[in-house]
Formats: sequence, C-alpha cells, structure tokens
Amino acid sequence: MSFSRSSKDLLALSRQLTRAPRHSHAPRCASLRGASPAHSRTIASYTAPYQASAVSVIQSNVDATSDEFKENERLMAEAMTRLETLTRAAQQGGSAKAREKHLARKKMLPRDRVAALIDPGTTFMELSPLAGHELYPEADVPAGGIITGVGVVEGVTCMIVANDSTVKGGTYYPITVKKHLRAQAVAQENKLPCIYLVDSGGANLPHQSDVFPDQNHFGRIFYNQARMSSQGIPQVSVVMGLCTAGGAYVPAMSDENIIVEKQGHIFLAGPPLVKAATGEEVSAEELGGGEMHTSVSGVSDYLAVNDAHAVVLARRCISNLNWPKKAAPPEASYSEPLYPESELLGIASTNLRKPLPIHEVIARIVDGSHFSEFKRDYGSTLVTGFASIYGHKVGIVANNGILFGTSAQKGSHFIELCAQRGIPLVFLQNISGFMVGKEAERDGIAKHGAKLVTAVACADVPKFTVVVGGSYGAGNYGMCGRAYSPRFMWMWPNAKIGVMGGEQLANVMETVGQKADPELRDRIERESDAVYSSARLWDDGVIPPQHTRRYLGLGLRAALSGKNEVKPGDTRFGVFRM
Amino acid sequence: MRSIRPRHVPHGRRLLSSTTATSPVSVTPITSLLIANRGEIALRINRTAKRLGIQTTTLYTDPDASSQHAACSPNAIGLGAANAYLDGERIVTLAKLHGIQALHPGYGFLSENAAFAERCEKEGIVFVGPPAKAMADMGDKARSKEIMTKAGVPCVPGYHGGDQGEAELLGHAREIEFPVLLKSVKGGGGKGMRIVMEEGEFLQQLKSARAEARASFGEGGEIMLVEKYIVRPRHVEVQVFADKWGNCVALGERDCSIQRRHQKILEESPAPNLDDATRLDLWEKARTAALAVGYVGAGTVEFILDKDNGNFYFMEMNTRLQVEHPVSEMVTGTDLVEWQFRVAAGEKLPLTQDEIMQRIQERGAAIEARIYAESPEKGFLPDSGRLVHLATPKTDEDIRIDAGFVEGDTVSEAYDGMIAKLIVRGDDRETAIRRMERALREYEVVGLSTNIEFLKRLCISPAFIEGDVETGFIQKWESELFQPLVAKPEVFVQAALGLFASSAQAETGPHGQSLGFGQCASQRTYAFKSLDPLVTGEGEIINVSVTQKGHQLFDATVSQKDQNAAEYQGLVSTPVPSSQKTSLTTFFPEARIEATVVQDPNNDNKISVFQHGLKTELSLVSPVWYEKALGIKEATASVVAPMPCKVLKNEVQEGDAVAKGAPLVVIESMKMETVIRSPQDGVIKKLAHKEGDKCKAGTVLVVFEEEDVSTT
Repeated sequence: MSFSRSSKDLLALSRQLTRAPRHSHAPRCASLRGASPAHSRTIASYTAPYQASAVSVIQSNVDATSDEFKENERLMAEAMTRLETLTRAAQQGGSAKAREKHLARKKMLPRDRVAALIDPGTTFMELSPLAGHELYPEADVPAGGIITGVGVVEGVTCMIVANDSTVKGGTYYPITVKKHLRAQAVAQENKLPCIYLVDSGGANLPHQSDVFPDQNHFGRIFYNQARMSSQGIPQVSVVMGLCTAGGAYVPAMSDENIIVEKQGHIFLAGPPLVKAATGEEVSAEELGGGEMHTSVSGVSDYLAVNDAHAVVLARRCISNLNWPKKAAPPEASYSEPLYPESELLGIASTNLRKPLPIHEVIARIVDGSHFSEFKRDYGSTLVTGFASIYGHKVGIVANNGILFGTSAQKGSHFIELCAQRGIPLVFLQNISGFMVGKEAERDGIAKHGAKLVTAVACADVPKFTVVVGGSYGAGNYGMCGRAYSPRFMWMWPNAKIGVMGGEQLANVMETVGQKADPELRDRIERESDAVYSSARLWDDGVIPPQHTRRYLGLGLRAALSGKNEVKPGDTRFGVFRM
Repeated sequence: MRSIRPRHVPHGRRLLSSTTATSPVSVTPITSLLIANRGEIALRINRTAKRLGIQTTTLYTDPDASSQHAACSPNAIGLGAANAYLDGERIVTLAKLHGIQALHPGYGFLSENAAFAERCEKEGIVFVGPPAKAMADMGDKARSKEIMTKAGVPCVPGYHGGDQGEAELLGHAREIEFPVLLKSVKGGGGKGMRIVMEEGEFLQQLKSARAEARASFGEGGEIMLVEKYIVRPRHVEVQVFADKWGNCVALGERDCSIQRRHQKILEESPAPNLDDATRLDLWEKARTAALAVGYVGAGTVEFILDKDNGNFYFMEMNTRLQVEHPVSEMVTGTDLVEWQFRVAAGEKLPLTQDEIMQRIQERGAAIEARIYAESPEKGFLPDSGRLVHLATPKTDEDIRIDAGFVEGDTVSEAYDGMIAKLIVRGDDRETAIRRMERALREYEVVGLSTNIEFLKRLCISPAFIEGDVETGFIQKWESELFQPLVAKPEVFVQAALGLFASSAQAETGPHGQSLGFGQCASQRTYAFKSLDPLVTGEGEIINVSVTQKGHQLFDATVSQKDQNAAEYQGLVSTPVPSSQKTSLTTFFPEARIEATVVQDPNNDNKISVFQHGLKTELSLVSPVWYEKALGIKEATASVVAPMPCKVLKNEVQEGDAVAKGAPLVVIESMKMETVIRSPQDGVIKKLAHKEGDKCKAGTVLVVFEEEDVSTT
C-alpha cells in the first residue's frame, strides 16, 4: 500500500507546520506570531452535538412528593378507576347469556376475532370504546354494538370494523351508525384499508328514523365503501353472521369478501320475509349461505370453515393488497422521554381552574423530552414548537393559559410553518377561551382568533388533538376541536368540553334575564364530562394520560404509513384578516 | 530419508529396547492419502493428515455430494451411487489414476476387506491398516479362534466349522448347550447376529441371521458359527497397536457394555470394576492375539467378560481403527491416526508399554457417547432427516466432538445413523460421567429423533455410575431409563413465548405495549400436544395463553387437564428470533430461565424446547378448521412406514387374515431391518408396495379391509 501523491504532500506539509514553531527564524512563523489571541476574530468554536441539543431539553420542575401532586394523583386515580370500570364493562359486549349463546355456536367473540386478525406484537388502537354509554334509556349498547379501531394486519395498518352480535344482535343503533361512519372517515382520511367483520341484523328497526333516512345514516356506509374503493382504499369483508337487507351491501360492496360456511348469511330478505312476500319456503343456508354465494351467486369470494379460518383468509387478502410498506423510523433514532409518563397523573388536575404546566406535559410525550420551542417569550399562553414522537417530527401547539391576540398570531405563524414544511400538528388543548374585555376587543382579538381558526382549518397536514383539560368556547375551534377534522381526537379523563363552564353558563343565563334553573348548572357540568362526550362520539376515546405518547405514535403511524404522503407546501390558506 | 515425527518426542524415545539400529524395514513417509470413507471418520482422518502435511483426497457418493467430508479436503472425487464406497476396484483405480500414495479405509466399508487390502498392496498403494493376511486370519471367525486357541488366548466354547447344514448346526448348538449365539463368520457390528434362547426358535433365527448377513457382507456372509451365550456378559476390548518391527503395545482397554441392538452407545476407558491383574492379563492376551497373526497397525481385540466369574474369552479382533478409538486417545494422550501413518510409513511405535501405562494412570478416565439418529423410546428405531437445529457443547482438550454433520445437513437413510461422537475426559470415572452429562445437556438436535435424552438418562443412572455394567444393561434397567418425563409449566410458557416472538413484527415503537383503559386485545392462545413418546396414547393438550403487556413484558397462563392453571404475571422475556428458532431468556417470578425454541413445521408441527438441559418435544395443535380446509383425511385402517425405508419383504398377501402383532412387512432403513407388525386383527386389503420399493416416512404400506363396526 502506498500513499497517493497528494496525501504525501499533505503529510510533508503538516510536518513542516509542526516543525515551524521550533525554528522561530522561519518566515512562516512570523505570520503565525501575528495571529496572537489578543487580535483574533471571533473563532467558530466547536459545539458538540450534545451541547447543541441541550438547549431543547425541557427541564422538569415537578415535585412528585408535593401535596399538590399527590392530591392531583388521588383525584385522577378516581377518574381513572371510573374509566377502567366503564371500559371493562363495555368491552364485555352483550349479556353473559348472549355471549354464551354466541360461543355455543362455535363463533369467536368479536374482540377475539380482532385479536386473531392483527399481527402478534402489535397494538390495536380501539376507537371510542365508551360509545353509546348511557345513551338510550331503553337499552344498554356497550361500545355502541360495534368495535372499531386501527390495527396492523400482515404489516399493513388497517381500519377494523367488527359488529358485536352479542349486543342486540349486532343491530345498528344511531350511535352504531355514527361509529361505523367515523371509522370509515378515519380510514378515508388516513388511507387505511378496511376490514369489516360483519355479524349484524341490520338497522335497529325501532330507531329507523334516526338510522335510515338522513345523509349521515346507514346508506352512507355503502357510499363510503364505493368512494373509498374508487380512491384505491381496499375494502374487505368477512361475513361471520347475518348480513341482512342493507347489511348485505357491506360484503357486496367490498373488493373481496370471505364468508363462513353455515354461519354467515347474505340476503336482501331473510326466510321469514321471503315467506311473507312470496310464500316461498327456504332455509337461510339455501337462501344466502356461504356455499351458495361462493359457488352459485358469486356474491362471496372465499368460503371459510369457521371464524378462525376466515381470519386467516382475511389476513391473506391483506397480504395481497400490494400495499406499500414504509419503513418506520428506526428505534435507534429516537429515545423515550426523560421523565416518567406516569407523572402526568399528578400533573394534570381534575380541577380545571388550576393551571396545568403544559411544558411538563410535553416533556412526558415527546422523544427525549426535546422541544425546540418557537417564540418562547412571545404570546406565551400558547406554547408552540417542534418535537418528535417515536421518530416522527411534529409541530406542537399547546395551551398554557387563556388565548390573547399575541398567542393567536404566534399560533397562526407556527401552523403556517408546519404546513409549509409538511409537519403533522399535535394540539394539546386546555383552553377556557379567548381573552374577553374592552382591551382585548380593541386589540382585535376577534381577527387574531380568526387567523388561528383559519390556519387550523386550512393546514393540510395530519392533525391530532388531545384534550388535556378544558375545551371551551372558540378556544375549541382555534385548538382544532372535532369540527376541524383532526385525524384523531382524544380526551383525558379529567377533560371537559362545552361552550363554557356550567357555572358561567348559569350566570350568563341569569344575566340575560332567564329564571335561575338550579338544575341547569349540574346538567351542563354533566354534559361537559369526557365520558359524556365519548359516549356521543365527540372524540375518539378517553385515554389514560400516561398513554398519550403511545396514542399519538400510533396515530402518526396511521396517518403517515402506507399510501399516505404529506407534501410540504400543499396547503392553500384562506384570507387572513390582518 | 524423511519421516514424519512429532517434534516433542525425542528420536530415541520412539525406539523400543528390543529393537536394534539396523533396520529391516525402510521408512517411507506418507505424503498423499485417499480417505476411502465418509462422515466423521473421514473428517477425523483428514484432520490428522492435514496436521502432518499429507495431501488428502476424499470420496463422495450422490447422497453425500454436499457432505462435510467431501468438502474437507482439497480434492474430492465423486463415486456416484450410494453404495459406491464399497466399490474397491473403482477406488483402487481412482487412487492410481490420481497418483495417490496411500489409502486409509476408516471403519466399516472396505476397512476389513482382506481382498481389497491385498489389491492395494498389489497396486503399490500403501493400505493404512494391517497386512491382508492378518486381516483374513482374523476376519474368519473360525480360523481366528483356532489360531487363538493355539496361542493360548481363551475362547468361548463354540462351533466354528464347515458343517453349515441347518440340522448340523442345530446339532452343534445342542452340544454347546442353549442359550447359544449365532453369528456370521464375516459379521461385525451386530449384523447377522442372533441369540437363540431355546432349541425351538433355532431354525427360524438361523434363516433370518443368514439373510441379514448376506445383505450386509455379501457372498459368504451366510456362513454361520455357533457359540455359547453368556448370560451376564461384559464387552471389554483392548486397543492394540503393532509396528512392522515386531513391537506391539496395548493402549488400555475399553468397556463397551452399554449396547442396544448389539451396537455400542457408551464406551469408556478404563473399564470399571476391573482388578489390575485381570486388566493386565487382558492386555497381555490382546498383544498375544495380535502377534499371533503378525499384526501391524491399529487393532482391537474384543473379549467377552463373564460378570459372574470374571472369566474372559476372546471374541474377535477388529482389524481396523474403531469408532470408539478416541476414548483410548483421550486416556493415553495419543493420536492413533498419526500412529497409523507412522506405522504404515515403517516407523517404530512412538511409546512403550510402560510409557502408556504411566499416561493412563495420569490421565484418569474417558467416555464416549455415540449420538445416533434414532428413537430409543420406539425400540431404537432409526431415523433420518435434516438437522434443522444443531447446537453442541463447547469443546476443549477434555471435551471432544467427532461429527460428520453441521446444522442444515441431511442424515441420509442410506448410511449408518451416527450423527456424532461426544468424548469426554475426567480425572476419574465419576467426573468423566458428570462432565459427559453436562455436555449432553448442551447438545441440541432438532429435525430427527436422537438418543441424546436417553444418553443423559444413562449418565445419571445409579447402576451405571456404580460401574455395574453388562451388555444387557439397557433391558435390565428399562423401566428406570424409560420413565416418562413430566415437563414443567415453564417449558410451555417458553414454547408459547418463542412462537409469539417468531411471528411478531420486529418493529416496536408504540406497538407491543398496552394501550388505553380496559383489557388489552392481544391475548393469544397456543395449544400444544405433548409428544413424549414414552407417554402412551394421545398426548394431552396444553393451552398457554399469552398477553403482551409491553415490550418484552408478558403475562402467561398454562392450563392443563386435571391440573390447576399455572399463572405467571409480569414475565420479562427477551426473545431473539431467527428463522426457525428463538432463543429466549425469561425472568420468571423466582428464576431466570433460558430456553431455545425450535420450530420444525415439516415434521408434525413439532416444537422443541431446550431448557435446563432437557429437551421437550411438543406438537403445535392444528386449528379446528385445518383438516377440513385442507381436505386432509385421516388414512384409517392402514399401516404406514415409520421412517424412510426400502421394502425388503411383504410377509403377507392381499386377502390374508392377520392377527394383531403378526409380521406384515420387513423394511430396511439405515442398514437395519425392521419388522412392521399388524396393529390390529384384520384382513389385508392391499399391499401398497412391492419388495425393493423405496418409501418415505408416512407412506402407506398395508391397507386393511374396513372393519364392520356394528359389533361394537
């Protein structure tokens, strides 16, 4: 091996240079002496990467031994226990008797179907498990009678929709329809292939007026299927039970479907109706059984022996989607937050009057507790900045007090940056509203607020909202409430949502001359509760605060994987009122 | 004159006092060698040859084309058909063609073929082995006995003559008194050998022995000798070595009493429970035997030692290097293959008898375990197949493995089923046995059945540790050696965790952790069936449900029939999955347990779990839909081949009514004959294969008429 000529020359040169100081008479030495420290320019001194990144590390000031922390923790624990109990009850599905009957037919329970469908080692992100909670006075509809969520099947992130036939025969209550449509909306926005595990008796007839006729009613399910299929979002159905009348269109409108023999049935009218209409007597299996549909009618494509087999076939369908698999950010490229996520339980308060130190929340959500804060000292009631979650870059917009004109303008600026750069946005909501009063109005709070709302509404990047405290008034709009189509919206157990707090609302009503209604305040409080919201699908679920990072991570995967592409600068903003 | 000689041995030491400086033999070092064998012995010979700078050439047949021994030498010559290792003429021609100076026959195949040795000598190829004459003398059982008797070496009473008529042989057997042993004069390795306990079965056994001997040894194999059968015999043999200068030494004795099917599986040196007088007498008689036939090279003189009175008798001399030669190497600190080359080159023996004795005293004890592809639990039925997983103990100067296979290789049914030899030395016998047991615990094989678990049991058998050995040892302690093993629930947990890890996505991030309120939807159930062949009947089903709670954090529940469910919470498990196997370290509530879980889907959905040095075989239960969806129908009322085999003989004809246990078909696999017996009373509907057909394991051999079940 030999050195190249040039490197030999360099070597010689370096030798000369090192030798130089010892020969003080050398002319080169004189020039060196000229560059004495006293006369030097500011030199670009070396900054190690870890020194550079230290500026973004959030320093936590949480004292986990303080009384306040402990009190918060205690109250949050109560709220958590309530949620745990409610969720477990909802996850049971229908009555014990209904479940036994289901199992006696050798059918898998819907949650087991989902568990078998997804890849081992992956986590199913269920949406709104408390849907339908205390919604219908006459009936208990656990989880709205339908299980929806995002799961990974054969490495493809999919939307899974599973009817629970142990709940009122899997019939569609209005909330069932809403939950089904919400799942489809999530699928459409995030380009997630849909897998429908169908086991439903169709529309719940006593509720037909709230299920059938309107735009966002039953018919919309099939409209969505057709539109999604046209957009290249695959639709796969597995018929594991009844698919009657309108329900028959779920498999029929799917790109591919699988039917379980002697268990799945697809027909526009069941045997009793057929007999009533034409007098024809026919068995369900003859009329719409798997064997008939796979060999005669062609309504179904694959015949399965039982549920487990059907799940295997469904997984095979997904493996053949030729769906692009984007590499997730390598695990080595990010680190966990520096502070325990469980401390969020002592940081967040169920008393929304208490300020919530939002930096402490961010520090327990983002990678390495690194947060590049934007305009830290301007409009500081809104915290903005860049961070990463499981290696995905995000822009964070978080409330740290009431919104002023300055904070709204800063928020708009920041959202513009993220839209320009194609960076997903995460909103951490804890907002009682925009500033009111003479000074604020004169300052143009309305137009500044409008800027924020415009920016949020138009930004064409995936948005995620977590309500960590209050979500009141126009603050809800400016902070990407449900109406602003965040890809996912979650609430903490302590969160409240409403046009304003119950007490204020009662006061306002009194002030405008209404008779004081002692019930009103309590009712408003009740209706602002996170569970009340979740039961009505105003959000995608109430989540444990310490899992926020995980939910956001899974949400980001759903929004960014597969065929999704966030193009920088794709957003067209409306007119900002200056 | 150039000679190969170890640097550390001074020239003078090699000379025995009895020899003079004027050499009647010229020394011609060996420089090139054809290794006319396969498997571990070919590799072992090559190893020494390479060390001595000898150019080697190996041979391979079609089934061995990608074998380790073919690849170990710079030159490898293809022979074609599987039986071509026996084609002496062709091998001699090839050696000449390639200008190879010497030939090492290994053991088996041509190693004790005097005609072949002679042929080599005639063609000017140095045969690394005894002179053809000595081989012929010892190869003929009857002749060897005559020579031994003359030389004063005690022999077992018997008839070794030329009366080969069935009636005459029976007459001789009567004279010797039953029980007697029938052996082919060309026999070895238990082939063509039968014990006849009483007169009534003599003729049938004679026929069978003759048939097997002819198949194994060819023409002349059917010539039988009859001997007294000793009821509690030990097999003790002496390793001898002679040079061309008339020197002969004994390199200690080996006890090879632990046998099955008359084949050794554990061999040790020194022989246990043997007084020094007998030991030295054995050595002396062995040297006398070798010198009586003008022996040169490595040989083994086998004796049968009557445990009841301590008498021993000459059995035969194996005129080759034996499978178990490493045992003697370990206790004497020698390389016998090197000795073979030196002696073949005309050198004198490197050590004197006194030096050898000294070494044996210093070096303690050595033991060898033969690892076979077979099922001890199914009567040592041979097996073959691919080594899906192979992990071996770490070797050092006291733990040696002579193997012919590596992971991924296929053990062919065309040849002997020995996978490897594990040889362990210890300062005394008990240490050697303990170290052997430990080493066996680290020996993991998946893909075919092996006797490893059985060997472990032998090593912990108190009778064996006591040295209370005899050739009937395995039958005598059968109930102890074949106790079914009860697997701990942790084994099932590890199996399930291993399967989980092998199918789980490698990517993690937010995945794989618990999420939200309520239960996690990721509970999965794994159903296993115990495959312990010692448990009769259908293996019981064990269900393991696994819930992933976080990265490497699991809950598991094991439920078995008639047992309380075992629940484990918060197991921290670090699985490292590779294609078919997963290594895991799991922290159970009170212990850290390491395991290797290997899947062998082509083999009955087998899952093998190695944990705490024990192997547990499970079968992953097929889902309910499996059979129906795949259209699998259980072949009822039929008998299938238990292993890949060749059909030797159909013992019944279509339409025959047979009783349960009646012989149906005789098959041959791994050079062993096996009789397939009827599992039921019934009528033969169809014989699926004719004689000579080759069958895969699981092929239907006999179909019965569907039985009329109305009576039951």
